[in-house]
Amino acid sequence: MIAVVQFGGSNCDRDAVQALEHLGYTAERVWHEDGLPDDTAGIVLPGGFSYGDYLRAGAMAAQSPIMAAIREREQQGVPVLGVCNGAQIGSESGLTPGAFTTNDRARFQCEHVHLRVENAETPWTQQFEQGAVISLPIAHGEGRFEITDERLSTLNANDRVLFRYCDPNGNVTTAANPNGSTDNIAGVLGDRDTTAVLMPHPERATLPSRQQAGTDGQGILHGFGARTPATE
Amino acid sequence: MTAYTATVTVRLKHGVLDPEAKTTQRALDRLGFELSALRSADQYEIDLEAPSTENAREQVTEMADRLLANPTIHDYEVQISER
Repeated sequence: MIAVVQFGGSNCDRDAVQALEHLGYTAERVWHEDGLPDDTAGIVLPGGFSYGDYLRAGAMAAQSPIMAAIREREQQGVPVLGVCNGAQIGSESGLTPGAFTTNDRARFQCEHVHLRVENAETPWTQQFEQGAVISLPIAHGEGRFEITDERLSTLNANDRVLFRYCDPNGNVTTAANPNGSTDNIAGVLGDRDTTAVLMPHPERATLPSRQQAGTDGQGILHGFGARTPATE
Repeated sequence: MTAYTATVTVRLKHGVLDPEAKTTQRALDRLGFELSALRSADQYEIDLEAPSTENAREQVTEMADRLLANPTIHDYEVQISER
């Protein structure tokens, strides 16, 4: 079972469940105070505005007791995917490196973007070719990826960048960067390949009924692996 | 135990873009003010009891490290005064 963790103010939790079920996964919303079910075989930190973005986006949810349980499972290799506010929670809690902060134009950016697959050898990207250009929607005010120069070098050296914002031809340019992210980074891995966060919304580009959004999100959600939940 | 008020000021690190400050500066420009720069910061006032100033500082520094500031983008300052 994939647990989609719901905080006060999460609002993409239902979308995530629907998208995962469409792909054949068993997924359930789990209220953060209830803890993780025993049969949790995957974890989604969904988008939204947990705790009204108080202090910093994701900062409050990152302190929720369920995060300790999530970290424990994460270290056992249970796949964890943070999307949008879930990415902010992931970085605030230290699951993934860097920080997501106010967009450079100080605007909420709600649009379709192109992403270049930077590392196709991860569970989240193995459905794509290295360097492939995919399209996903974004909807965020605080998506500018910031990281210290030192950690950025480590990130690049260890191939931890999943996606970069690019133009339709795969060129990583300033014009194609919707929020001023360092090095156009849109998504990164944690210490394990099974832990990933990204600002764009794969769950909003998974159901074929939403033709406009495309279905590139499916490949990312397939990162949860075998569809029969294995607890072993 | 002594009663203290700690003031924590959290600022973006030098070199980290501050779009909110930039926007505010532009708005002041529009109002006709002349300024060369504007920086923003968050300030928290924390009342606490502690056995000493040093202990109060230690506690509040930990609060800043663990929650009030994000070390990737922020620097912070702690000031302690008796209340």
